[in-house]
Amino acid sequence: MSSTLTNEQIERYSRHIILKQVGGKGQEKLLNGKVLVIGTGGLGAPAAMYLAAAGVGHIGLVDFDVVDLSNLQRQIIHQTKDVGKPKILSAEETIHEMNPDVAVHTYHEMVHAANIRDIIRDQDYDFIIDGTDNFPAKFLINDACVFEKKAYSHAGIIRFQGQLMTYVPGQGPCYRCVFPTMPPKDAVPTCRQAGVLGVMGGIIGTLQATEALKYLLGIGDLLTGFLLTYDALTMTFRKIRIPRNHDCAVCGDHPTITELIDYEQPSCDLRTH
Amino acid sequence: MSETVRTDHVIDITDVVCPITFVKVKMALEDLEDGQNLRIHLNEGEPIQNVPRSLKDEGHKVLSVDRKDDGTYDLVVQKGGLSA
Repeated sequence: MSSTLTNEQIERYSRHIILKQVGGKGQEKLLNGKVLVIGTGGLGAPAAMYLAAAGVGHIGLVDFDVVDLSNLQRQIIHQTKDVGKPKILSAEETIHEMNPDVAVHTYHEMVHAANIRDIIRDQDYDFIIDGTDNFPAKFLINDACVFEKKAYSHAGIIRFQGQLMTYVPGQGPCYRCVFPTMPPKDAVPTCRQAGVLGVMGGIIGTLQATEALKYLLGIGDLLTGFLLTYDALTMTFRKIRIPRNHDCAVCGDHPTITELIDYEQPSCDLRTH
Repeated sequence: MSETVRTDHVIDITDVVCPITFVKVKMALEDLEDGQNLRIHLNEGEPIQNVPRSLKDEGHKVLSVDRKDDGTYDLVVQKGGLSA
């Protein structure tokens, strides 16, 4: 079977194609790939941009918010002129300008129990990137991906710290295996309250995009069964092995959570210490 | 010499420059089975200097190199097992 890549695509993706692990066939996999990015903020912005540049053919963007001036310190898919514009539209414009090969699917809404499975099914996405900034969304995305049997990348950033892990159905732990329940209210501040170094989303979000590309290509080892943590102040990465919990409430042998839950949004203030 | 070598596919890369030359050769090899032969028509200069070396690096076997009267080259390469 001969390649379907145009001469322009061969040139655009030549640095991919020249890689033994990618080649023309791998690039075609990326062009046929479908990745859903939930949240187009600190994590989702760089993740979506690198996926678009890499030629992932279908990128879904979910965000209910509009661009705020305080976002621009880290959410590099949005520009100063975009302040006040829905983030999904601003992100879509950036992607279109970067790479016309990419079809962008936008969902101008917040994910919740009633819509997330439909969003995932809309394009039958291959891989999902959790770029959200709150625990209710993170547990919701995890449970939805377990139910829909979809691989996804969890990540979180705050201050100078970041973490990520990759869930692949049947191949390792889910987020709930590691963190069974929501943290108590007021236990964990959000970025808004605690601050975050602008580059953190770039580092961790780009690692999420890397996992998505590897998953689509079927190459390398994913962060399945591992939590990778990063501390920018000490410049330390730690890769921590995490086992699957057979008693996990959602992906365990006898699950007790069988439908999605809308947890209450946390409303905490930053603890002082 | 190359006249006696069986070729399974032919590719002309005289219309492109490095590194697209090698990219096109790689893509043509992806469509072949290990042990099958690809005949490559390429220009003198950079292409003939770089493409055979890159092919060897990736585990393919250059079977023959023929210089044509117009200064271009015909290269026959056998696909090796090392290419992914």
